Amino acid sequence: MDNARIDQIIDKHQGEASSLIQVLLDIQSENRWLPKEALSRVSERLQVPLTRIRQIATFYKAFSLVPKGRHAIHICMGTACHVRGAQRVLDKVQDLTGIKPGETDLDLKFSLETVNCLGCCALGPVMEIDGKTHGKISPAETADALKKYE
Amino acid sequence: MSKIMLTIDGREVQAQEGMTILEAAQSVGIDIPTLCRHEKLEPYGACRICTVEAENKGWTKLVASCLYPVEQNLVVRTRSEKVDRIRKMILQLLLSHAPDARELQDLAKEYGADKDRFEKEASFCIHCGLCVRYCAEVKKKNAVGFVNRGARREISFIPEIASKECWNCKECFPLCPTEALQAAYILTEALISSSPSFTT
Ligand code: SF4
Ligand code: FES
Ligand code: FES
Repeated sequence: MDNARIDQIIDKHQGEASSLIQVLLDIQSENRWLPKEALSRVSERLQVPLTRIRQIATFYKAFSLVPKGRHAIHICMGTACHVRGAQRVLDKVQDLTGIKPGETDLDLKFSLETVNCLGCCALGPVMEIDGKTHGKISPAETADALKKYE
Repeated sequence: MSKIMLTIDGREVQAQEGMTILEAAQSVGIDIPTLCRHEKLEPYGACRICTVEAENKGWTKLVASCLYPVEQNLVVRTRSEKVDRIRKMILQLLLSHAPDARELQDLAKEYGADKDRFEKEASFCIHCGLCVRYCAEVKKKNAVGFVNRGARREISFIPEIASKECWNCKECFPLCPTEALQAAYILTEALISSSPSFTT
């Protein structure tokens, strides 16, 4: 992400220091992570110290300071999904992608995270890829679903 | 500014509106322990060791005296069974992070805190924020800040700023109640000198 694009995002938020989190969220969603250069630019433009920005960027799980894959897999490990076999779904995804929760593969294709309830327990076990919900999913269907992503 | 009368440990104390309980107590020589308080910095309320009992209209609550403003007719108890028990517990928790901190050990003696009460998890930093706030508020350099949260929260220097500012300052070192700050700085320094792009 270049400085011109970051400046656009900042201008969209009127360059207000109070919009810091919104600015970071926009960069995160477009770029999938927050590179150091981007944070320095934001710091300069919004006149917020880098220490403060780093504190916020490391506080919220929505932000990442390392590159993330093109597709974000979230597997629900909440109680309802757990009793309906979430662990097997997770095992399968780990096998197929070669990554554990919190990790990203070397091709930057997938990032894997577990969550503790996606709020649709009746659909358990639930896997979410890029915000799309795959409910009542079996380990075999998991493999099919993953194949659709480039 | 109007005057406010309150009672601290049975003594009538006259204070100014806007003063904290801690300031009012100190003005008459009553000692309340503090860890995260520094006269040059905004009150922060992180350590809670300054907790006192404050009673108003029959209601007693536990408040951080470094933050709580004085009120008319407030009755403050800076030592009581409850207050001592709380301070003891706080000290035991802090000591599990920084068992060798001199300041904590001295207080532990006073409050009968056992440094081995909880399993050691020596992160050394007790999150008082003195270093972070001093660098931001007094020196305005923002070379050191907090990262992460919860049990993984720690201080971290920004190498690019630290390499320029810290060597000649180091004014935060003596503020740290533990040795954590110095250790973090030495680590940063090592990183700076091993990475050519950071040397100035
Ligand atoms: S490093 Fe020391 S001064 Fe800084 S927050 Fe931790 S305990 Fe406080
Ligand atoms: S437990 Fe999985 S959606 Fe609620
Ligand atoms: S001195 Fe009051 S909370 Fe730390």
